[in-house]
Amino acid sequence: MLRDITIGQYYPVDSPIHRMDPRAKILITFAYIIGLFFINHFIGYGFVVLCLYGTIQMSKVPIRYMLKGLRSILFILLFTVALNIFFTQGGRVLWSWGFLTITEQGLIIAAQMACRLILLIIGSSLLTLTTSPIQLTDGIENLLNPFRRIGVPAHEIAMMMSISLRFIPILLEETDKIMKAQMARGADFESGNIIRRAKAMIPIMVPLFISAFRRAEELAMAMEARCYRGGVGRTRLHSLHYEKVDYCAFVLASLFFIGCIIL
Amino acid sequence: MAIKIEHLTHTYNPNTPFEKTALEDINIEIKDGEFVSIIGHTGSGKSTLIQMFNGLLKPTMGQVYIKGQDIHGENVDRKAVRQQVGLVFQYPEYQLFEMTVWEDVAFGPKNLGLNEEEIRERVAYALQAVGLGEEYYQKSPFELSGGQKRRVAIAGVLAMKPSILILDEPTAGLDPKGRDDLFNKLKEMHKGLGLTIVLISHSMEDVARYAQRMIVLYKGKVKYQGTPKEVFAHGDELEKIGLARPQIAYILETLKEKGMDIATDILTVEEAALQIKAYLLKRRDNNA
Repeated sequence: MLRDITIGQYYPVDSPIHRMDPRAKILITFAYIIGLFFINHFIGYGFVVLCLYGTIQMSKVPIRYMLKGLRSILFILLFTVALNIFFTQGGRVLWSWGFLTITEQGLIIAAQMACRLILLIIGSSLLTLTTSPIQLTDGIENLLNPFRRIGVPAHEIAMMMSISLRFIPILLEETDKIMKAQMARGADFESGNIIRRAKAMIPIMVPLFISAFRRAEELAMAMEARCYRGGVGRTRLHSLHYEKVDYCAFVLASLFFIGCIIL
Repeated sequence: MAIKIEHLTHTYNPNTPFEKTALEDINIEIKDGEFVSIIGHTGSGKSTLIQMFNGLLKPTMGQVYIKGQDIHGENVDRKAVRQQVGLVFQYPEYQLFEMTVWEDVAFGPKNLGLNEEEIRERVAYALQAVGLGEEYYQKSPFELSGGQKRRVAIAGVLAMKPSILILDEPTAGLDPKGRDDLFNKLKEMHKGLGLTIVLISHSMEDVARYAQRMIVLYKGKVKYQGTPKEVFAHGDELEKIGLARPQIAYILETLKEKGMDIATDILTVEEAALQIKAYLLKRRDNNA
């Protein structure tokens, strides 16, 4: 029922991309996003698509998983495109009605915006699909460490992130269970107008909130029982090392970045 | 025939790396008014199977018939099926949400679109059936004890007046008295109302005591079916798949090894007591 959500979902296969150091992947994703904003013509986007396609092939994650993530931003995407089409000034006017005008420039910018958004989402979902949540937060913590001096609570941020990521599937499963239990009592979540449907959510939301609080409390207690006391002096089971595959990736990413600037 | 399942196979997350076949070619028949127990190791597919009984899950392959009707056929009122087949999930107290016990139990009957009077009657009946008196009606379900919450949740399903009642480990986490009370109520309803009951349990003692027939699941397949006596005769095989016989059976076996001439296909403490008593009387007579 609720299993279609892919944001933050790890796709477990073995590939060079999966084996990479999470720090390298985060940094490269950053570079990728910045590079994306340097580009302002279609040849550049063609170049990005090609590079991205190659990387996806290497990651062994089916492309439809990437595309699934797009569904969640479909509305934002359409909204952005519409806004850009109708409210960009300049260039040849193709069509106009009242205060709405479509210009050549508007169409081009809207298309570029759409490309940018789609590539942005696919690129960043590649990061989450090939990196397990734990690796991801390890990487983030490690990258944030230098900023601790200026008061960035690196460990706390990473811990909060890993806990919330961990809770997503648990709460989804819980929702599924509660929904089924209420359906067994004749609840109907599918029919009726919007107000009736909203009201039908109450029997799900109340037990869900209660169980979320209960779980949070239990987790806090379990962490304390195992002597958790924050990040100071804590050693880790898996320490991060850059390997050959990471250096290769850095070189390729640099080439990509230069390509973005030149094109 | 209350429930009939034919060649049912179910796969979770098909065509993904998370693909998992939970049930494989299941064939089951449960007669009207039967008390059937389903046992199996954790992950053997029990919980998936019971969700098939009221159409919460649609099988990947195969048919489910409730009272002779294919519940995934065309023009089937799924709600009517769920009224007929009451399903009590594991830890059902986590589904409570209303302000008062009364309101929570009334949730099911309200969904069925019954009139006020009928709802009132059913709620009172269901709460009485689980042994909660009037003093609980206006309490918040969240201020009750665990066992009382459990009973409210079960009453919520009973208020639907199902003719088939399915319970997934209803006594997990209850104290011995709470467990006995609940089972006695179930037995009463089984006898008095002719309710068909399907019970998932990890307690071989409870199964041996209450079930007329057992279904043993192992890795998504039916391993054994039959009366408790027939099924528990496969003692060693049951142990191999992570199950066991009732404890009393092991005691009798040891006594027999020590030289007592007694039957070992005994499953309840009461029967065992009778056996041992008979043996002792016989020995005294022989000695005299």
